[in-house]
Parts: sequence; structure tokens; C-alpha cells
Amino acid sequence: MAMLEKAAAQVGGTIDDRFGAAGWIKKTARKVFPDHWSFMLGEIALYSFIILLLTGTFLTLWFQPSQSEVVYHGAYTPLQGLKMSQAYESTLRISFDVRGGLIMRQIHHWAALIFVSAMVVHLCRIFFTGAFRKPRETNWIIGTILLTLALIEGLAGYSLPDDLLSGTGLRITEGVLLSLPLVGTYLSYFLFGGQFPGDDLIARLYTAHVLLIPGIFLALITVHVMLVWYQKHTQYPLPGRTEKNAVGYPFFPVYTAKAGGFFFITFGVTALLSSVATINPIWLFGPYKPGEVSDGTQPDWYMGFLEGSLRMMPPWEIRAWGYTVPMNVLVPALIVPGFMFTALGLYPFIERWVTGDDREHHILDRPRNVPTRTGLGVLAISFWLILLAGGANDLFAITFHLSINSITRAFQVLIIVIPPISYVVTKRICLGLQRRDREKVLHGRETGIIQRLPDGEMIEVHEPISDTEKWMLTQHLSRRPLELEPDTDDNGIPRRRLLLSKARARVSRFYFEDRVEPPTPAEVREIETSGHH
Amino acid sequence: MRRLTVPWTGLTRRRRHRFAPLVVLAAALGVTGGLYTALAPSPHAEAASGVSTASIDQGRGLFLRNCSSCHGLNAEGSSDGPTLIGVGAAAVDFQVGTGRMPAANVGPQIVKKRPSFDAQQTAALAAYVASLAPGPAIPDKSQLDYTNSDIAKGGEIYRTNCAMCHNFAGSGGALTLGKFAPALRGTSPRHMYEAMITGPQSMPVFSDSTMPAKDKREIIAFLRNSAKEPGPGGLSLGKIGPVSEGGVGWLFGLGALIACAVWLGAKAR
Ligand code: HEC
Ligand code: HEC
Ligand code: HEM
Repeated sequence: MAMLEKAAAQVGGTIDDRFGAAGWIKKTARKVFPDHWSFMLGEIALYSFIILLLTGTFLTLWFQPSQSEVVYHGAYTPLQGLKMSQAYESTLRISFDVRGGLIMRQIHHWAALIFVSAMVVHLCRIFFTGAFRKPRETNWIIGTILLTLALIEGLAGYSLPDDLLSGTGLRITEGVLLSLPLVGTYLSYFLFGGQFPGDDLIARLYTAHVLLIPGIFLALITVHVMLVWYQKHTQYPLPGRTEKNAVGYPFFPVYTAKAGGFFFITFGVTALLSSVATINPIWLFGPYKPGEVSDGTQPDWYMGFLEGSLRMMPPWEIRAWGYTVPMNVLVPALIVPGFMFTALGLYPFIERWVTGDDREHHILDRPRNVPTRTGLGVLAISFWLILLAGGANDLFAITFHLSINSITRAFQVLIIVIPPISYVVTKRICLGLQRRDREKVLHGRETGIIQRLPDGEMIEVHEPISDTEKWMLTQHLSRRPLELEPDTDDNGIPRRRLLLSKARARVSRFYFEDRVEPPTPAEVREIETSGHH
Repeated sequence: MRRLTVPWTGLTRRRRHRFAPLVVLAAALGVTGGLYTALAPSPHAEAASGVSTASIDQGRGLFLRNCSSCHGLNAEGSSDGPTLIGVGAAAVDFQVGTGRMPAANVGPQIVKKRPSFDAQQTAALAAYVASLAPGPAIPDKSQLDYTNSDIAKGGEIYRTNCAMCHNFAGSGGALTLGKFAPALRGTSPRHMYEAMITGPQSMPVFSDSTMPAKDKREIIAFLRNSAKEPGPGGLSLGKIGPVSEGGVGWLFGLGALIACAVWLGAKAR
């Protein structure tokens, strides 16, 4: 460490001589970051975003966001002489005539897929370890907004080349807008600048894709990372780590070197993937024509849950007052995702309300120690995964020689049955693990060695665990359900907001009724003094 | 035997061969047959075009043994198979040549398998069915010659008429109730053409009146080109669209990066 501190001081000194900012630099360079692989998931998202900015800028040099018609005369013969939009033509030009254009397109698109998947896994890490608790709720909200924006950004980018698949995607988007009662038609008219497909859409999506949304991204990501900086990073429980300190490595040079290296690893993996595997081969899809459509047109994976939601929904419609409200579009494309993202954004506040916990938390939870939260998380993931799978029902049908109708029916059942089952199973597993932890602290680790006592009794030898491990397994708080407050206060006056407090007690019971308490120090001491077993 | 002198054959007296009369006879028969084919009412159109009655007889024999259980003794159809009267030689050549017939499986759709008959037997079966009533004929070489066809136009026609079932690159796709449109990469031009003119099972018929023969050749040119086209972007991932890309992105993109993160995290300790 001494060497590291010296290095930090040196840099501080060098800069101070010129800019007189020694204090700030020193503090910054010595800022400590806890280290764990799961803390690098957000970094993968961040670096993918930077890759997207770099490659995207390259693409803007040639891309023409215009729907005016041209005749193709480029290098790709199988499309020679066809009429197409300038957007499609310029994307073909980037792919076949611009040096390095195809690899840039492929890096851009693969990085987009990795970007969103890294966000999703990062989010799962935050959720299951409880990193969203006070004081980090703001960052959770920002994260939810970033994820939502990423989906829109992806949809916009995917639509830009104006090929057959992206056109089909836009057609679906139009259908979704139209399904909105009253305002749908106007909204669609407004977005498309007239009748679908119109002439303005690509230009508008382009502005959103290269300027508007990336701008918001940059601002939000900056705030997001600054907040991590000021609130300090959370840490996993270990002896010596408390709610008041941060144990890890200094920002400079250890963290900077690691982060810098990881940026190049991210870039390397993305570039390698892009040089080996095709993504979005728009030249195979052909130009968009409203009359054409290809079988099995799917969106990128991050929109797959919406596709599945649409494919799974039974064809219900409501007719009233001369209007037809297509529930088969409205529910799956707007209500389901609306509910999912609202629940996601509100979760920290729901849990805070349930626990009534107003303290700050910097030590992360082990998922098993919060069984209900972990169960709810797995419930949500299973719901999302079934929607995602439902979006590829035709591929299941053709791969396994099944009827697409029965598959869709099966998904309609699974989406209702599987999430609750996942919840119960996950919760039981967590409780089981907690029980095992408790046993371990009290009686040591099972060794598998069977010993025969002189009186003939057989026992398994248990090996005591280290103090560190004991600490690890007992440091957490096991919450109990909130007590229901009496209906009247001390003076016999009925309490206000009685219903709310009753609801809260009920939810709290749902959360914390089943629990395994970690052994108390007294219990441990008793076992230790009374000798083993 | 009196020698025939046939001045207009161009054979000089000196070079006259003793088989010449036979050749002439055959030629005369050929011409007559050809004229007959052209002028006669069509029922026997295909039977006459180079197919002997022997072939038809052999075809009838094969039919009775292998097909009549479903299609009826006179191909009039039964509860197990439709009538074949009027389906034409093209339908038989396609169904038998791709191994779909004789049907064996009891799935939602009769599928392709190794053909049970060789080319000659298939031709005989086709000749027999064609002799029952006129129908689409097996396309000849000139009809299948797509070497000068416009691939780009073929692509456009394909995307308008076929891609909704067979996918943008001919990778195949699912239809309702377990039926599917097969992948077209391994299909021969002849079977492609026959599929279009006969419309097997759930596929619509694209007759010459709705889709001229030239368009069909263009589609074939497009499909053949797309089957052998090297992917400029690397591995094609099945040419089925974004689903396989998503899988690869998670597995080899994010998966690899998480592996690196775990490795870096382990190095710290
Ligand atoms: C097990 C019953 C079965 C046998 C055996 C069978 N077929 Fe078929 N065949 C069918 C059925 C069923 C269909 C209809 C398929 C469809 O369109 O759904 C059919 C369709 C056909 C067609 C297409 C008809 C059309 O309208 O285009 C041809 C041609 C044909 N069969 C020829 C044959 C020949 C030749 C044989 C003997 C080598 C044969 N089949 C043996 C059941 C059978
Ligand atoms: C409504 C959906 C549909 C459309 C549209 C369609 N097909 Fe098909 N096609 C099918 C089905 C289903 C089969 C399988 C039939 C069978 O197995 O008997 C098939 C089979 C074929 C085959 C035979 C494949 C093989 O390997 O045996 C070819 C070739 C073919 N189609 C080409 C075309 C072309 C070219 C077009 C456009 C002009 C087209 N299809 C349009 C559904 C369709
Ligand atoms: C644009 C995409 C995103 C980028 C670039 C990004 C980047 C980062 C980075 C670099 C960190 C610090 C390291 C880490 O803990 O992984 C971080 C932390 C965090 N992120 Fe994100 N993130 C993104 C999306 C999200 C999403 C979708 C959520 C949740 C809805 C989220 C919630 C959080 C929270 C709460 C923290 C603090 C975690 C802690 O201190 O333990 N982020 N983010």
C-alpha cells in the first residue's frame, strides 16, 4: 500500500505544481473502491455505451436519414437496380463500399445487445443484494429510466436502415400507438408525420437516436456514476467492513488501471464477436415495402418480451360507444410493460414502506438472507423470460416440430403458473440455506466422517468453522413482521390512516413471517462453553 | 427387300447405309408423333412427349403397388389421399422426387425424406398419372435455365410472394397447427419450379397466369444465389433473424465479459 500511496501522492504533486489542486487530487486518487466481480457489471454497460458512441459517430458520416427513393447501383449485386430509400441504400453502402464500414456496423449492433444485457444483469445484482436501499434509491430510479431509454434507443436504431424487418417492427409500433383509445390516431399521425410509413419517420428517429436520447443518456449516466462516487460504493459483508467505512483499493492507480484494462477487454470481446458473427444482415432482408413481410420477424432480444406479450395475448376486443378498443394490443404492448417498469422503479420505496426501515445501508445483503425479496425477484425474472420465449414461439414450433397454436396456449398457461411457483421454490431454497448456515455456526461443518463411539453409537464428526465465517453467517439482521398498532392511540382516540397501517402490517407479514433467525451471540457462546455437541 | 431412295434425307446413294430406312422410319414416326402431340387434344399431351406406353404401364404397376392404397386403384382418391387425376406429372415428380410420397408419417404435414424410387421409376409414375388427365408438366431444361435471370428482381418477387412463409433467406418458418414451410437451401431448381406450379399441401399454387415462368426463374436464381452466397459479415447464425443474435450476444458477448470480470476479480485477492 505504501507504494500505491506514494504513486498517488506523486501524481497529486505533479498536477498541483501546475493547477494547485493537490487536496482534491489526493482525496480523489485515494478514494477507496470495494472490489468484486459483480461490481463490474455496471462498467460493462458503461463501456459498451462508450463503444456505441464511438462507432455510432463513425456511422453518422455516411448514413442518410432520408426516405426519398433511389435506385441501387452499389457493390452488392443481388440488390442491383432495385428501388429503395436513401436510408437503406446508405446502410448498404456502409456495409459494402465504405472501408471498415461493415465491421463498424456490426460492432455498433453487438455492443447495443451487450449494453442492454449488461444493464439487466447489473440491475439484478443491485436488486438481489439490496444495493437500492437508502441512500441509493435515486440511482435506482435513474437506472430504471436508463433501461427504458435503452429499449427506445434500440428500437429507433434498429428502424433506421429501413429494411424489411425494421419496417415490419415500425408497423407493429404503429399498431400499438393506434390501440390507444382516443389519442392513438393523433399520436401515430404525429409520430409518422402522416399516414404510415410516411416520409418523415426515419429523419425523426435519427434525431432521437443520435442526439436526443444519447444526450439524456450522457447526462443520466454522469449523475449515476457521480452518485456512486459520492455515496461510496456498497460492499459485501466481511469482518472489518461496517456501515461507516469502505474497504477496498484506492482509485489511483489500482482502480484506474483495472477499469482502463477492463474497457479494452470489453472493446476487444465486442470487436472479436463482430468480426466472427454477422448481426442484422440487412442486405438479406431487402428494402422495406409495405406489401412485403418475412416469416418469423422478431425484434432485437431486449424488445422480445413485448413481442412475446403480443403473441401470447388472446384476441380480445372491447366494443363500446362506437369505438373498438383492441385489448389484444393495448394490454400486452402498453399495460404489461407499463406495469413491469412502474413496479421496477417503485420497488425500493415499496420495500422501505414494508420494513419501515429508515437507516442507511452500505453493507450488501446476501440474497438468501432476504428470502421474500429474492423470491419476488425470481418471480419477475421468470415472468420476463416466459414473455421473451413467447416472442420466439415460431422457432420453438419449427425446432421441436410442435404446433405453434399449442405452444402459444402452453405459454398462456405458463405465464400464470410459473412465476408463483418460482417465487415459492426460491423462497424455500433461501430459507433452507439460512437453516444450513445456522447449523454451521452452531454445530460446525459436516465432514462426512462417521465416528463410532465406545457405546456403539454412530455420529458424524462436525468440524468447527472459523471465526470469520461465523461472523459472516451471523452479521445480518433478520427482520420480523411489523406489529399491528392498536386501533386507538394512548388517549383512546381512533388512529388516522388505520386501513393503510393494517395493509402495511399484512404486507409485512407476507414478507417476514417465514424466517430463520441467525444464532445470537448468547446461543453461540453457550454452545462453545458447553463443549461441542 | 426393295431399297428405298429418299433424296431429301441428304444421304448420297454411295453413302447410303443399310440402317438408313430404319432411321427414316423413326424420323417419320417422330415427326408424325410430334405433329400429333401438337395438334391432338391434350389428354395425352405428356404421354406422347417421349414417353412410351411401356413406361406408363410400368408406372401403373408401381402405382397399384405403392400408391393405390391411399389414392385409389384408378387414382380417383380415397379417404386417405386425394385424387391424382389432373394433378399432372410435375406434382408426381415433386412429391415422389422429394420423398414425400409414398406418404408414411402421420404428422400434421407429410415431410421430405429419402426418395423411395429412382429417377426412371419416378418418371414412370409421373407418366402414368399424366396419362389420366392433363396437368402441369415437368419443366424442361429451357424452362429451368436461370443463368441469365435477374437475381435482384427475383429477390423482390420472392419477398412479395414467398418470404412470409419461407423467411427472408429461405430458412423456412412455422405455419399454424404444426405445419411449416421448409427451408429452401437444399432444394433443386426443378423441385422449386414444380412446387410453385403445383402448390404442395398448404402452399398456394403460383400458376403461369399469376406468376410468369420468367418470374419463377428469377426466384430460382435468387434462391440458388442466396444459398451459396458467402456471408460477408462472418457466421450467418442460421439466417433466422434477431433471435439467434440475441442468444449469441448473451452467451458469447456478455457471458465472455462476465467471465473476464470474474477472472479480474479473482486476481485482486
Ligand atoms: C399413406 C397414404 C399415401 C400413400 C401411400 C401415397 N400418398 Fe400421395 N398423398 C397422400 C395424401 C394424404 C396427400 C395429400 C397431401 C396434402 O395435400 O395434404 C397426397 C398427395 C399426393 C400428391 C399431390 C396431389 C396434389 O394435389 O398436388 C401426389 C402427386 C401424390 N400424392 C402422389 C403419390 C404417389 C405417386 C404415391 C405412390 C408412390 C403416393 N402418392 C402414395 C397420401 C398418400
Ligand atoms: C402459405 C405459405 C407458403 C407460401 C406463400 C409459399 N410456400 Fe412454398 N411451401 C409451403 C409449404 C407449407 C411447403 C411444404 C409443402 C409440403 O411439404 O408438401 C412448401 C414447400 C415449398 C418448396 C419445396 C421445398 C422442398 O425442399 O421440398 C419449395 C421449393 C417452395 N415451397 C417454394 C416456394 C416459393 C418459391 C414460393 C413463392 C413463390 C413459395 N414457396 C410460397 C408454404 C408456402
Ligand atoms: C446506461 C446503463 C448503465 C450504466 C452505464 C451504469 C453504470 C453504473 C456503474 C459504472 C456503476 C458503478 C459500479 C457498479 O456497481 O456496477 C453503477 C452503479 C449503480 N447502478 Fe448502474 N448503470 C446502468 C444502468 C443501471 C440500471 C438499469 C439500474 C437499476 C435499475 C442501475 C442502478 C444502479 C445502482 C443502484 C448503482 C449503485 C450500486 C452500488 O453502489 O452498489 N444502473 N452503474
